[in-house]
Amino acid sequence: MKRPVTCQLSAISVMLFFCAICYALPLSSTELINKAKEYDGKSVVYTGEVIGDVMVRGDFVWVNLNDGENAIGIWLDKEAAKEIQFTGSYRAKGDRLEVTGVFHRVCVQHGGDVDIHAQGIRKITPGQTVEQKLNPGKRNIAFILLGILCLVLIFVRRQGSRIAIS
Amino acid sequence: MILRPQPQDIKNIGYYSGKIIIGIGLTMLVPVVIALLFAEINPALDFLIGTEIALIIGFILSRLCFTEKDLNWMQGMVVVSFSWLAAMLLGAIPLYLSGHWRSYLDACFDAMSGFATTGLTLVQDLDHLSYAHNLWRHLIMFIGGQGIVIVALSLFMKGVSGAFKMYVGEARDERVLPNVIRTSRFIWLVSIIYLIASTLALGIVGIANGMKPVNAFFHGACIFMAAFDTGGFAPQSQNILYYHSLLFEVITIVIMILGAINFNLHYRIWTGDRREIWKNIETRTLCITILLTFLITLIGLNQVGSYPRAVIMFRKGFYQLISAHTTAGYVTIYARQFIDDWGNLALVGIICAMALGGGTCSTTGGIKMLRLGIIAKALKQDLRRIILPERAIVEQRLHHLKEIFLEDKQVRAALLITVSYLALYGIGALVGMLYGYPFLESLFESTSAAANVGLSCGITTPSMPAGLKLTYIVQMWSGRLEFMSVFTLIGFFIAAIKGR
Repeated sequence: MKRPVTCQLSAISVMLFFCAICYALPLSSTELINKAKEYDGKSVVYTGEVIGDVMVRGDFVWVNLNDGENAIGIWLDKEAAKEIQFTGSYRAKGDRLEVTGVFHRVCVQHGGDVDIHAQGIRKITPGQTVEQKLNPGKRNIAFILLGILCLVLIFVRRQGSRIAIS
Repeated sequence: MILRPQPQDIKNIGYYSGKIIIGIGLTMLVPVVIALLFAEINPALDFLIGTEIALIIGFILSRLCFTEKDLNWMQGMVVVSFSWLAAMLLGAIPLYLSGHWRSYLDACFDAMSGFATTGLTLVQDLDHLSYAHNLWRHLIMFIGGQGIVIVALSLFMKGVSGAFKMYVGEARDERVLPNVIRTSRFIWLVSIIYLIASTLALGIVGIANGMKPVNAFFHGACIFMAAFDTGGFAPQSQNILYYHSLLFEVITIVIMILGAINFNLHYRIWTGDRREIWKNIETRTLCITILLTFLITLIGLNQVGSYPRAVIMFRKGFYQLISAHTTAGYVTIYARQFIDDWGNLALVGIICAMALGGGTCSTTGGIKMLRLGIIAKALKQDLRRIILPERAIVEQRLHHLKEIFLEDKQVRAALLITVSYLALYGIGALVGMLYGYPFLESLFESTSAAANVGLSCGITTPSMPAGLKLTYIVQMWSGRLEFMSVFTLIGFFIAAIKGR
């Protein structure tokens, strides 16, 4: 009788091991949102770019991480957030973080929002300022159109004065 | 016999449309200024190109079609519906040039969604969009909410006696002041005062929430424009969920409700007649329908046990419901949660709220409270007629700014528009189902587009079929203009082809 019990325990251990691996793999925001009930209250790994503002709330901060599909709010320790240097905007590509934390489908602490309470973060790729380069094609089109607009205005004024005389 | 439009019809339509197109072109200079302030070079060029194209077309049209004759009803209606299409096509140019929209059709979709104050969006990578483009997305909601023609009327035209025809064509059949241009200016005055107050309030809350001051006030202004004009665009992809703030939610609820109120009621409040709010049929109907639809939503949420605590259920349910009922379209949940977490009954509650809309002569879409109130009163009158003796004279009164005796023509007009809306919701849902989407999801998205709400259950994405995008564009356009001017434009084209 001892052998089947050992077998069962081994099987459960293997399953738990694989489950742990599954949850350790980064999940996409779509996966988390679409299967929110499945991941609710579980420890997950999520990666994404920090976008917008790092919003300080007491000893914690809110950061929003976008993985290219959606953005999810991360409730993070203020000290840990000091690692964030760049946040995503028009002018910058934000730091790409890997967050390990507890996923909430309905966070009781935060008014029922979908969020992740971070237990640890790791910067995968540092962000950078996006260089602004003038698009010569757009500049040329703008100049050509300006020329046409000037011609139209001259035509309009001439026609206008003719109408006024007549 | 259908009469072919005369050259004078084309001249009048071309001249006034040209003036409105010039107005649209000039408004694109606002984002140019913002782009220069934030040193965004390419976005400045995008808007410069848009302005130039609009001005070239506008000047040519208004010069070639120059006329001093006034508009008749048909021409006024055609000018309005045509101008809205022109606004969409021109307003989409800078959006498309930004590279954040997959195709020009997608940019047109968002431009129409903005002008019609809907809020459905196909933008990609919104979190990296420039300040200038973001401002334009919200500004077009502000312009569209006030009425594109109203903008032109109040800013670029002086004393046009045919103005009322265009004003009516834009689904505003009530004047606040005796003169339409003074009414337009009053609407602007109210909106700008609320804009300043709300931007300050949202900006201060944003700073207190940890946002950078520039971002806090920029977001404050954008959110106000989209909330007051019951639009629903937001500067970040998470919509209101981005802010993680109860206070932010409360302020946006207040702004959305202000946006859903008839401008005549705003005028009464401003002139000290606060009793009108409680006596008015629109306010009463709005209170009743909010209560009923909220009850349905709460029962639905409770049935599926979406939220573990009543407070959370109330917060989430109430926010989405007010957003739906005022046709604003702001959300504090993800689109898929409507389907995965909310259950069918709660979804029906939200669909009903979206379909009903807010006040007439406000910035909301949907059937609207006055029509619903009139239909309810007519029903009550008919029931009384059945119950009371045949000789009894049954009169039905309602209070909307003054005491009014209910007449059959009012009931007919209310029913006609209501039926048109219901048909529009149904047609959109049918098209959605033809593309393979489930019934309730199709109805949700269709109602959202036609009532200019902007809530999505996940159908509206850049990858959705082009046919469905076009369907929603037509729904947003005709829903916002309340059909008559759209029907007139269609009739105008038929007459041009088949007329003698």
